Amino acid sequence: MAEVKNKTNLSCTVNGRVSDNIVSDSLLLADFLRETLGLTGTKIGCDGGECGCCTVLIDNAPQHACLTLAAKCNGKAIETIESLSEESRLSAIQRGFNEKLGAQCGFCTPGMVMAAEGLLRTNPDPNEQEIRAGLAANICRCTGYVKIIEAVQSAADELKMSGQAL
Amino acid sequence: MEFMPNFKLYRPDNVDDAIKIKTEHAEVRFVAGGTDMIVNVRRGIEQPQCLVDLTSISNMNDITEVDGGLEIGANVTLRNVQENKFIRQNYPCIAEAAGSVAGPTHQQYGTVGGNLCLDTRCLFYNQSEWWRQSNDYCLKERGDTCHVAPSGKRCFAAFSGDLAPSMLVYEAEINVVGPSGSRRIPLLELYRDDGMAHLTLEPGELVERVHLPATLAGDPSRYEKARIRGSIDFPLAGVAIRLRKGKSNAVEDIAIALTAVNPYPKVISDLQNLIDGKLSEDELDFIRDTVRKQSKPMRTTTVAPWYRRRVVGAIARRLAAELSA
Ligand code: FES
Ligand code: FES
Repeated sequence: MAEVKNKTNLSCTVNGRVSDNIVSDSLLLADFLRETLGLTGTKIGCDGGECGCCTVLIDNAPQHACLTLAAKCNGKAIETIESLSEESRLSAIQRGFNEKLGAQCGFCTPGMVMAAEGLLRTNPDPNEQEIRAGLAANICRCTGYVKIIEAVQSAADELKMSGQAL
Repeated sequence: MEFMPNFKLYRPDNVDDAIKIKTEHAEVRFVAGGTDMIVNVRRGIEQPQCLVDLTSISNMNDITEVDGGLEIGANVTLRNVQENKFIRQNYPCIAEAAGSVAGPTHQQYGTVGGNLCLDTRCLFYNQSEWWRQSNDYCLKERGDTCHVAPSGKRCFAAFSGDLAPSMLVYEAEINVVGPSGSRRIPLLELYRDDGMAHLTLEPGELVERVHLPATLAGDPSRYEKARIRGSIDFPLAGVAIRLRKGKSNAVEDIAIALTAVNPYPKVISDLQNLIDGKLSEDELDFIRDTVRKQSKPMRTTTVAPWYRRRVVGAIARRLAAELSA
């Protein structure tokens, strides 16, 4: 007989849309986003909390979707990489990664971008040290980080010049 | 990568319910931020039937000034500890320790209670299911041999929380609540020298809040740890020092506590000779040697014990020199 899973009601917003679901108690947010909602932009890169690929924003704070139980997100606002572009236009941070070559294989990029988004929302004008500290939980095997830091810096500059802090 | 096993999740909004659920079920674990627990569940190190999430309990969320001292609820996040002005000013090494736990993302949701009750860690324990299975598991989990000290009968897994040493140098106390009520004990009494069962909590008990004494508020202090990845990692060795200077720079009070080099956070003894003297080169060497002697790192990390013992002494010496300058 198939194992009966314990289930919980999960009502939250994902990228601004209300999402009402019944989820297994043991379902991880990363699997909820990827498998249930089909939002595969959020990546899973390690077996728990070490790489930052799965970083999403929960009530504006960057958190690991791979260490968060979906059932704990009741009433929360979740934002993933899919929420950033507007009408097919890249967000400032995405544009920064594109223009400054902040992505190579791209696997870490969704997590990096979401961590940067969380950082710029609380600190719109970070110096290099603050950018490094803000992205310290995210690992990139390709770029060597310099280009990523430049990308975030350029996004912050652009937002400042256009007067549109996040 | 393992899949999550099936379990029931409870999310009580008060301590009494949490304790009741914990005592009424078998194989149940408390979880707060989950930064360590969820990894362990996923790896099959913990196999709970139920998890009791404590983060909805509302009266454990606050940092409150009480008569010049401080109370910190167990659900307060590491980020909030790190950013709290009163803590930064009066108990600086606690803010430093909170800011050094894992990476910035973990600090957003990892909690004080979780870090204090962090499970002990070992190279042979914090591994995937197939890794542990191919090694016949270990004494701490399902096996019968400690791979760190195969001839011994005990477990040497190291306590690796960053907050505990930083709070111990300020002589913190904790409130523990459980089925038989609430008790207040020195934080040091939360721990015992046993990698398998390093917490003295009775079944059903949980840490509700931390008390920091007013008498030591304002004493200068530092925390520093050595780790493999500077941006995000558990400590290989961590040192907290509180040092208050009196007239003409003499030591009025000094306390040192270590993490990651014993199965429990270690408070260094035999420092009383330093009181009323100055810390010149000889005294700093004495601090280094005393710390090295009292730390007992074992083969629980990829980094050799001799190196961790050297490092823990070196950090202690350097921080003491900084604080006495
Ligand atoms: S998948 Fe690596 S931190 Fe979440
Ligand atoms: S771009 Fe490949 S891992 Fe970062």
